[in-house]
Amino acid sequence: MTPTSEARASTLAPMLSVHDLNAYYGESHVLHGIEFELREGEVATLLGRNGAGRSTTLRALLGLVDRRSGSIKLRGQETIALPTHKIAPLGLLGYCPEERGIFASLTTEENLLLPPVLGEGGMPLDEIYDMFPNLLELRRTMGTRLSGGEQQMLAMARILRSGARLLLLDEITEGLAPVIVKKLGTVIQRLKQRGFTILLVEQNFRFAAALADRHYVIEHGKVIDRIAADELDGSEDRLSRYLSV
Amino acid sequence: MMHASLDLFLAQGMLGLNNGVFYAMLSLGLAIIFGLLNVINFAHGALYMLGAFIALIGYSYFGAWIGVPGFHLNFWAALIVVPLIVGCFGILIERTLLRWLYRFDPIYSLLLTFGVALVIQGLFSNYFNMSGTPYPGQPESLRGIVNLGFMYFPKYRLFVIVFSIVICALTWLFIERTRLGSYLRAAAEKPDLVKAFGINVPRMITLTFGFGTALAGLAGLLAAPIYSVSPLMGADLIIVVFAVVVIGGMGSIMGAIVTGLALGLIEGAMKVVYAPASNTVIFILMAVVLLVRPSGLFGRQGE
Repeated sequence: MTPTSEARASTLAPMLSVHDLNAYYGESHVLHGIEFELREGEVATLLGRNGAGRSTTLRALLGLVDRRSGSIKLRGQETIALPTHKIAPLGLLGYCPEERGIFASLTTEENLLLPPVLGEGGMPLDEIYDMFPNLLELRRTMGTRLSGGEQQMLAMARILRSGARLLLLDEITEGLAPVIVKKLGTVIQRLKQRGFTILLVEQNFRFAAALADRHYVIEHGKVIDRIAADELDGSEDRLSRYLSV
Repeated sequence: MMHASLDLFLAQGMLGLNNGVFYAMLSLGLAIIFGLLNVINFAHGALYMLGAFIALIGYSYFGAWIGVPGFHLNFWAALIVVPLIVGCFGILIERTLLRWLYRFDPIYSLLLTFGVALVIQGLFSNYFNMSGTPYPGQPESLRGIVNLGFMYFPKYRLFVIVFSIVICALTWLFIERTRLGSYLRAAAEKPDLVKAFGINVPRMITLTFGFGTALAGLAGLLAAPIYSVSPLMGADLIIVVFAVVVIGGMGSIMGAIVTGLALGLIEGAMKVVYAPASNTVIFILMAVVLLVRPSGLFGRQGE
């Protein structure tokens, strides 16, 4: 947010460093050498137009593409060759997919308890229900009977419970009412204060601008620009050029 | 007269239920496998047959093979051993063959399992009597008949009905009410996301296939004392079981169990009403369900 927080963050160890990341779906080459870095406690966003490769970048970090190459280091450990199910425990990674990924055949509580606990420091259930009181009332309701906003809270809550420290959040504000978006902003702010590292893919630039330390602009599967939070004021022209259709 | 016909219905109902529990157990295994693997396991009938043969071999031949003619694998031990062996065989099929086909169209895995079924059937046809060999291992304690009030019913068949329903109910409880079961349901819906949470989905898939095939083997063992053990016993049954699965809806656990039992009963009732139609009534129902509700009675519409 401020130059000092940027400076403080840069003294910490890199949580995630991505180098020359290429990813493919079948024959189509979607990511062409993505490069970026995220230090512990930082919040960064991936900006760009639809289809630029932002969601694919998150999916590639988790090995959810057909093929990938390059380097993805989580806490200094190379993960590019790991099978998907080994990545989250190694990197204490929590993933909130586009469309939220709530399971229709599971109750709210089953959804909440689904991700295995990755490490210490997972949020206890009572604290979760304190942060998201709706989920307590709805805990016996089937997951997809919840409203969009409730589903989004559930998707956030379940990765917090798992003890993830690096959160990959894909379009969490999409299609939600302003009041819910505001609530999500407060949640992210609180998580940031608690030292979570967060990578946001966001269409809602105003939402992202208020939270992120840094923005990476992605186009055609490449990172084409990197804008720190304190440079935002001077970069509006650049940004609107990147993001306009 | 009225009383006599009610008794007749009940009696045929019991016999129908006896068939129904086999439909239920087999279609349950198919539904579990289809739910998670998206594989239509055509080898299911052959694995059912394999279960019956392992029981038969264990009882009648194995002792002689290992030079201990007095050895008989008794029925109660077979209840553990047979599902275990068939399940391990299923795991072997999944690990070595099926695994490579998940990224292709499901038709390939269907053809593969169809081929596996033909190979198993071919092998047993080569060495065993096509018209069937009786299984002599039915335990003494389950011989004889019990009086149910409206009929005398073989004790063993009553045991099969109760035992199978208990197994089906336990399977349902496990999948719908336990934490591991919730992993299974979740992985059936969105396998990628479940993997991303750090759950070893490939291992779950292997174990699930093993469990589904173990159920088929168990059904085969239970069938062995009732029907004679023959290389084609599974091929005949599996056609009906697929009709059951289509009626119930692919991938629904409760649907598979309820439809299996219900169709056994309907078949039984048909024997009283119009006996010649009792073998076709299931297929007529299948055709009607396909026209009216293509995803099956318990299937999720439009998903």
